[in-house]
Amino acid sequence: MTAIISMVLIGAGTLFFLAGTIGLLRFPDLHCQLHALTKADGLGLTLIGLGAALLAGSAGDVARIALICAFAALSGATCGHLIARHARRGNSEARDV
Amino acid sequence: MSDALLLFDLLLALAVVAIAAAALLVRDAFAMIVLFVVFGLLSALAWVRLAAPDVALAEAAIGTGLTGALLLKTLHHLRARGMAGWQPGAVAQRPVPRAVAWLNAGLALAVMAGLGVAILGSPLRVTGLEIAVAEAMPLSGVENPVTAVLLNFRAYDTLMEVVVLLSAVIVVWQIERGAGPAPAPSLGPVWQGFARLTLPAAALVGVYVLWAGAEAPGGAFQGGAMLAAIGLMMLLTGLYRPHPDHRGLARLLFVLGTVAFAATALLVAGGGRASFEYPPSYAKTLILLIEALVTISIAVTLTALFHGREPVALKGDLRHDP
Repeated sequence: MTAIISMVLIGAGTLFFLAGTIGLLRFPDLHCQLHALTKADGLGLTLIGLGAALLAGSAGDVARIALICAFAALSGATCGHLIARHARRGNSEARDV
Repeated sequence: MSDALLLFDLLLALAVVAIAAAALLVRDAFAMIVLFVVFGLLSALAWVRLAAPDVALAEAAIGTGLTGALLLKTLHHLRARGMAGWQPGAVAQRPVPRAVAWLNAGLALAVMAGLGVAILGSPLRVTGLEIAVAEAMPLSGVENPVTAVLLNFRAYDTLMEVVVLLSAVIVVWQIERGAGPAPAPSLGPVWQGFARLTLPAAALVGVYVLWAGAEAPGGAFQGGAMLAAIGLMMLLTGLYRPHPDHRGLARLLFVLGTVAFAATALLVAGGGRASFEYPPSYAKTLILLIEALVTISIAVTLTALFHGREPVALKGDLRHDP
């Protein structure tokens, strides 16, 4: 039963990665692409982490997976913000000058 | 199950080769660096699949993270000076002479043939030095065979690796001096919150990786690279500004690891022992001491390499980045 639930979770997470990749390839501009990537990656990795945590053997493994998901979500969101910020700054500077 | 893993391995191998080819063929320097980083991450995954987590950690931390940062910094440096010749549109410079291209191709083929002969000529299915290492493990003072080999059985090689890093930073300080670029503008409150959460955690992970190296994958180079990442962050955000007065301390930290390593190796000699032959009862203490000092040196050296110049106040110096 646990194995089935974890497979469903990991499968759903993979779908989010797939959607994020399609968004990265198909969306027209940087901000839309970032939107697709950060959402998909954050949720996708968390779902895969949940699925893996169900299969994990020990509490230590679960804690490690939780930490990995937390830091990946943090850095993903921050990177997306920094890239968008840089792009916006660069554009506004180009317009001003 | 094994079929699925075999399929995964095949896909991974194909992806590594394809990304390597793409990194060589693409004409934009930035794309090249991004592809190199992806290549490094996939190689780290391949090392995991080859059951070599130590190498995977080193590849991810040094080969990918820090080397990628160094390459991006170099590209920025070149672009700021208008020297990035390999931009799209600026590619059509002098073509490489055909003789040079053929010579390079010939040499590359010779290297490949040599590697092929070495691989095909090596005996199949014989144990290497694993049994010898396993037998000597109780004498090494640590439980992780990789650390035992790196810091004890083949410590001389590792000392030379530390010396290579030291030489690199000496050369960089010889060829580039100056105040360095102006402090980066603030990256905003989001980044500050992120840094407050992650930098202490990164420091903890770096020290943990160093400490865990005695019995699990990890060690001085991996831990040093993680600590160096904090140094990079501090440099990038202007949290730390290299100052000419800090050079003495920096030099001390550059040589600290090499000196401690070499001094320990020589001091344990005598009384029937050769250099690098640690007495088994003190081996773990000595190895951890060496690793800790080498980690500090590696972290400071890599950070200095990223900064890429000796911080000297030059009067009327126009050479630094705008």
